[in-house]
Parts: sequence; C-alpha cells; structure tokens
Amino acid sequence: MHPEGIGAPVLRREDRRFLTGRGQYVSDIVLEGELHCAFVRSPHAHARIRGIDSTAALASPGVVAVYTGADMAADRVGPMVPLWQIPGVDGKVMNEPPRWALSRGTARHVGEAVALVVATTRHQALDGAEKVEVDWEPLPATVDVRDAAKEDAPQLHAEAPGNLCVRFQRGTKAPVDEAFARAAHKVSVEIINHRIICAALEPRAVIASASATRGLDGHAVTIWSATQVPHHIRKFVSEQLDLPENAVRVIAPDVGGGFGTKGKHYPEEIVLAWAARKLERPLKWVSTRSEAFVSDYHARDHATHAELALDADGKFLGLRVSTLAAVGAYVSTVGAAVPTTVYTAVLSGPYRIPAIFAEVRATFTNTVPTDAYRGAGRPEACFVLERLVEEAARQTGIDRIELRRRNFIPVGAMPYATPVGPTYDTGDFIRLFERALVLGDYAGFPARRAEAAKKGLIRGFGIAYFVESSGVAPSKYAGMFGARAGFFDSADIRVAADGSLLVMCGTHSHGQAHATTFPQVLASRIGVPLSMIELVEGDTGRVPYGTGTFGSRSMVIAGSAIYMAAEKILVKARKLAAHMLEAAEADIEHKVVNGLGEFRVAGTDRKVTWPEVSRAVTYAHNLPPGMEPVLHENAFFDPTNLTWSNGAQACEVEIDPATGVTRIISYIGVDDIGTVINPMVVDGQVHGAIAQGIGQAMFEEAVYDRESGQLYTGSFMDYTLPRADTLPSFISETDESQPCTHNPLGVKGCGESGTIGAPASITSAMRDALEPFGVTGLEMPFTPNKVWRAIQQAKTKAAA
Amino acid sequence: MTTESISLTVNGQPRRMDIDPRTLLVQLIRDHLGLTGTHVGCDTAQCGACTVHVDGRAVKSCSILALQADGTEVTTIEGLATGDELHPMQQAFRDCHGLQCGYCTPGMVMSAIELLKHNPQPSEQQIREGLEGNICRCTGYQNIVKAVQQAAGA
Repeated sequence: MHPEGIGAPVLRREDRRFLTGRGQYVSDIVLEGELHCAFVRSPHAHARIRGIDSTAALASPGVVAVYTGADMAADRVGPMVPLWQIPGVDGKVMNEPPRWALSRGTARHVGEAVALVVATTRHQALDGAEKVEVDWEPLPATVDVRDAAKEDAPQLHAEAPGNLCVRFQRGTKAPVDEAFARAAHKVSVEIINHRIICAALEPRAVIASASATRGLDGHAVTIWSATQVPHHIRKFVSEQLDLPENAVRVIAPDVGGGFGTKGKHYPEEIVLAWAARKLERPLKWVSTRSEAFVSDYHARDHATHAELALDADGKFLGLRVSTLAAVGAYVSTVGAAVPTTVYTAVLSGPYRIPAIFAEVRATFTNTVPTDAYRGAGRPEACFVLERLVEEAARQTGIDRIELRRRNFIPVGAMPYATPVGPTYDTGDFIRLFERALVLGDYAGFPARRAEAAKKGLIRGFGIAYFVESSGVAPSKYAGMFGARAGFFDSADIRVAADGSLLVMCGTHSHGQAHATTFPQVLASRIGVPLSMIELVEGDTGRVPYGTGTFGSRSMVIAGSAIYMAAEKILVKARKLAAHMLEAAEADIEHKVVNGLGEFRVAGTDRKVTWPEVSRAVTYAHNLPPGMEPVLHENAFFDPTNLTWSNGAQACEVEIDPATGVTRIISYIGVDDIGTVINPMVVDGQVHGAIAQGIGQAMFEEAVYDRESGQLYTGSFMDYTLPRADTLPSFISETDESQPCTHNPLGVKGCGESGTIGAPASITSAMRDALEPFGVTGLEMPFTPNKVWRAIQQAKTKAAA
Repeated sequence: MTTESISLTVNGQPRRMDIDPRTLLVQLIRDHLGLTGTHVGCDTAQCGACTVHVDGRAVKSCSILALQADGTEVTTIEGLATGDELHPMQQAFRDCHGLQCGYCTPGMVMSAIELLKHNPQPSEQQIREGLEGNICRCTGYQNIVKAVQQAAGA
C-alpha cells in the first residue's frame, strides 16, 4: 500500500492556509478601484411595483449608480433559467414563469432583489439602498404549500394556474392499486417535512470585473463567486448576457461551506456581471446574514400523504405517495428536480417493495425558492418510508426491528431493480443495520430505559436506514429528466520534467479536502509522494470543462476521471520505458514500491523510475518514433449509474418531561460508501452530515407568518443551529464490503449520509420514547417547548 | 466624515490610524489592516467567526467599536504561529481534522485558546459549553472538541 495513497488517513494539505488566516474567500479579495454593492429587497411577500424613485439614493454620498429591473430589461439581459426542465404528466413540461434577477413589475417573496445600489464604500451603498423609494402595491400572499395548492389561493404567476409548477409521476399505478386490494394491512401517514435554511457560515459574496476591451486574460467578464459550481455559473451568465461561454470566466476561490445551497445560480451573480460591464469598474457584494436568510435558497418543505400495503406476514406489497412540494416563488436552478426526480428515485429505500407509485405536485409559494440542500430529496424520501415502516410496526404489532429485517433487499438480490427506475448495484443493508444495533447496544436498551425512568427521565431508541443516489449523475439519465447540461467531470494531468504532477478538475472543494484526497488517488496509481502533486479547481479560466461539487459526486466522478487520465499517462510512460530499457513494451511492468513508481523489465532488475521517465519524455532528446513530447492527458468520466450509498442510523434520546428538553445520548452512523480513500476525511464528512440531520430534527425550522408572508426566523437568534453543547459525540463506522461496481475506484458518494437518515432516526427515537405516554402526532423539530406541550396535552387527555 | 485617531498593537505591531468612529473592530482588522483571517459570519454576534483576543481576552470583534480597542493589544489568527511553527491549538486542529471549510476556524481557535487559559484541563462537556458561542456548520464539533482535548494534553 502507498503510505499516502488510497485508504491512508493522511492529514489535510489545505489546513495550514486556513489555520493561519490565509484562506482566501471572495470577501477577502480586494480589486483595484472596486466599488461596493447593496441590494434593495422586497419587504413584502407579494407586491406589485408601481414605481421606483432613485433620486434620493443617487444624491446620497458616494453613490455611483442605481439600477433596477427596467435597466436590465433595456439591455435585454436574459432571465434566471433553471438547470432542469422537469417533464410532467401527460407530456407537459413544467411551468417555468420567467424569473428576473431584479424584479420586473412584481416581487413574489420577502427578500427578492428589486434594485442595485453601487457606491464607493459598503456603508455608502447600504445608506443609498435605504433611500431608494419603491412604490409598493401589496398583493395577497400564500406561503404554506397546503394553502397555495387550494383553488382559491392567491396566484403567483399568470403562466402557472393553480400555482402549479409541475405534476410529476413515477412508478406504475395499477400494480399498486392491486397490491392495496389484496393487502392484509394498510397503513397511512400524513407528514410535514418542514422548511429549513442551510446557513453555510460564509455568507455568499460576488465580485465582478469587466472590460470592454477584454483584459489580458481575454475575458469579457470575470466573476469571483462563493459557489460550488463555477462552470454552471459561467453557462448561466454567458447565456443571460448573450456572450460566448468562453468570454466569461468564473472563479470560486475558498468557499466557506456550500451544502448544495451554494451550488445554484443566484441573481447577484448576473446583476454584478452586467453592472460591471456598464460601469467598467470591479463591483463587490457581500451578503449580510440577514439578507442571506431571505435570499439563500431554502430547502425541504413537503406535505405528504403516504400509504403502505403489507401482507399478513408484514411483507411490503405496495407504496403510494402523494406529495405537495413548495418550490417557492420561482423555479430555482435545481429547485424543480429535487422534489420530483431526485425524491421519487429513492422511494424504495433499502426495502423490497414490488409496486410503487408516487405523485408530486411542485407548487409555487410566496417564499424564497427551495433548492438542493445536503440530502436534497433523499431525506424527505427516507422520512416518508421510515415513518410508514414504524407506523406499520405499530399497527401490525410486529416489532419495528423485525419488520425491517423481513423487508430489506438481501445482498443476494443485487443488482436490484427498483420499481421506480433505479437499479442498485451493491449493498448489504441487513449487515449494516445489525452492526448499528450492536454499536448502539440495542440489546441493553430496556435496562437503560428502566434506569432512566427511575430518575423520572424518558428514553427512546431510534433507528433508520437510507439509500442515497450519490455520484451525480449519468448525463443520459439527467437528459431524460430535462437537464440542460451534462453531468460528467474532467481531469487534466500534466507531468513536469521532475515527475511532479499538476491535476486540474472541474469540481470544487469547500471543506471536502480535495487537495488531499484527489492526490491520494493519483499518488497510489502513479507512485509519487503527495508533495509532488498539485490540484487546481474552481477556475473556468484554468479548467475548461467541469460540473462542480454537489450530490456527493466529486470523488466518484472527478476521482474516476483522475484514475482514467492516470491510466492514459501510464500507457505512454510504459512505451517510453520500453524504449529506454530496450525491451518489448509487453515486458514492462509498472509497480509502486514504497510509494514510488518504477517501470521494470519483468523478471529482471532492470528498471527506470518515474522521475527518469518524466524527464526523458519532457526533454524529448530520444523518443520512440512518432511519440509526442511530455506526459499530458485528460479524461472525462460520465457514470453509467448513480452510486448507491447507504447506511444505518441509530440513536438514543433522553427526555426530561419536566422541561421538554431532549438530550441525544448516543448517535451511530454505519455507512457503506464503497471504497474509502481517506478515513479521517470520511469521518469528518459523516460527522458533519449527522449534525445537519440532527439540526433539522431537533432545532431548525424556517417559519413564515402564514398571513403576511414575513419570515420570523431571519437571524441566528431566531433560527437555531446545532452548537457544540447541543450535540453529542457520534460513533461512525464504514463498511467497505460492497464497493461500487461501475467506477474504477469502487467509491460511492459520502457527503450527505447522516443528513438523510438523522431526521428519521431521531423521530423514531422520540416517538419510541413518548408513545408509551400517550403522545401522538409529534413532529420535527423537537424543541423543548413543543415536546413539553405534547407531554402536557397527553397528560390532560389521559386525565379526562 | 469625521474621523478619530486610534492607536493599538495588532499581532505585536504598533498601529496608528484615523478611522470613521462607527468602524467596528472587525472592520478595522479586515478592511484597514488587511488581516482577512478574521471572518464575519453573521450580524447578530451569534456565530463567533470574528473572535480575536483583546488584551488576552476572546472578544467577538463584530460587537465592539474599533475605538473601544484604543490602547489595547489585539491578537488575530495571523498572530498565533511563530514562523513556520503552528500554535499548539492550530496544530491540534490539524492533527484532529478539526476544520473543513475553514471559515469558522480562526474564531474557533481563538475561543479554544481562551477556554484553556481559564480551564487547562476541561472535561468534554466543559469544552462543548465553552465553545457554544462559535458556530461550525461543517464538522459537527466532534473533531474540534478532540482538538481542544489534544491541545489541553500538550
């Protein structure tokens, strides 16, 4: 094994920069002559703009310009086009009302940008924004998806009657109806999967710099954005400005957390790019946290009715799911895909369910648009399934652990084609499930519960299993569901004369340690120390092709591309080694010995080392006939299938009924992410994912006033994030027994696991704890207030 | 615009400048001194990303005016390492994978150093309570707690 290669818990190469304050985030970059931007945002959930008066703002000290949607319209700047155009029922594609980066006529959520103020300093821009006078005509608003879908609801878009974005179906209805007709047991649940807000710690920021004469780098506009997807932003901005794609350069430097929310196109990117071209001055905008709450895309927000049919033995026969999903005021980049294609693709979860039918109505609401946030559709699907399983256990009297055991897809059934489309290649669900029960000492739980009860405390044990569609995505399938892009990724490897390697990938690291783990793959394959490898990402000016980092794809897609490009490098290097050693190419073996690569004539001690081959091919003094100088190869990996990460989550909670305060006693995640490249980094990803899942389950909730459409939870004082003292230590384990069969590394995505499973496992534990006390219908987030009230209500009911 | 004069020592270097009296300490550090390792993550003094040391005490630099730091000694994340040698807390964060995106990290390290100053041998619970003023969205805090434990043992 390479000492720094695949499987080694190598410390991160990027740490020193961050630990010494030398990270470079967008807001840290200062360009010569830069001006500062502030946005005027709608204070109304729904309002017509009768007029905008910029006179006072323009007279405000330092203000250079004020722009509105009319100015962008005059310059024919294109709309914010979603990346996915989801196909609905009856061959109808989704309703896609135009969305303008600065409102044109109507604002449809609190926080929608309506004007840009540019000034010499940030304070002056903010002061100027206060002085822009907008003549508003408030309109009736609808923020709750259940309200918005009603016939008499206020309508957001003329193009979308009934506030319907798309009615989407998956699976086949008839077999499901048949399954229910012959079922011994039928259970149903009504579920709210509440709206949450990502809140990456770095607020979004954008800088745009433009020159009519195109600067030295030849780009008409260069954008620095706190984004996960610089190549997507390049595509969108070039389309909106009607520029050739290669005239736009997008740089994503260090980014302070992404979690999907920064993997989308935002109005500020196009507004600054356009305005920078008008003013020919660099423009900078840094979001405040307050505006982040009303402008960063939100997540989840489903209302679901779901039914499960079982036979007399508790075997699942059929699943029927009907979901209302809020897309918000407009269709965001991936906003319509998350609750449709992504969500329904994993509705079989780890279970053998012969018949599944799902219908989703993606619906407009006067709220911030929703989009992918860590998990993205899979937490919602896992939650629906696991709630049904627990309900079925309650109703049939079959133990909830035993019921799962009876219904898991066995490892021997792999590959397994689900009735909703996807085929899982590998997975040993029961093995990981049993392991989680051991790690959580489920056998000892009754004793611990009894012990806690003596102290007046209530314990519950929770369990959940998820299957995640990771490694996003095969371009072919994405195309079938209306994607306006491919989803492959690239690796370009350039070898210098000393054997050092430069790798360029179309992904982006914002905490995932690519600068460490990607070189680990290459170091293993070629045989060099990590110190000989540099990684470049996040700059379309240096990496021409790419898709970005989201959907637990980076190692799966870019890691595989690196492996493939390295194979091409080795083919050429072997040819040259044969020439150097005056041997037949077929006799040359490439080996990595103690981490160092060499080419040896098989069965002899005659060899050349990797640096020797690199020097020879780069000096090109003596190459075989027809061989071009240098080692420079690239590869594009487009997967044939998603990877099917999966895992068991178990937890134990303890509730103090006197206060409603819940303590998480233990939390266990057992993950199958295929081959592990760096176990230390994987542990970190798993911890973070669990923390965000617990966040939704225990603390976080975006609350809008149902009448006015105002966001109540608009700061960290109102929107509760997990903190060090409200989380436990987690136990995380990986199981590498089921490597992925359709990428060269055997890897499956690892970024989202706990965020998917934790809401279900925590809910399982809370219900396990409280149901014996007559508490029913308790839903996330399990805040002390809510838990205490539920306990009091149950007591009152019992007394009555 | 009226300005006021301020003198303070930042990372061992005496600095003197004229500033808008509304300037927050974090703005002075980032915008006037170019020390961008100190980050801004919120506008309600909740996240702790801007934590620095003022006369040896951890302070959220978004919540005091720069003028309140007149005459003080300020240490930022840039002032912790000695040449190439990381401060033991910085080293512990690296050893324990106590950081991912790096945005909360400077504030977290500054708070953690303050924590050990007052309680050199904290329990896990004391570490967790001591860091509750700093939000991390990436790590789930586990490896940060581990890092503080390592630094306490060092």
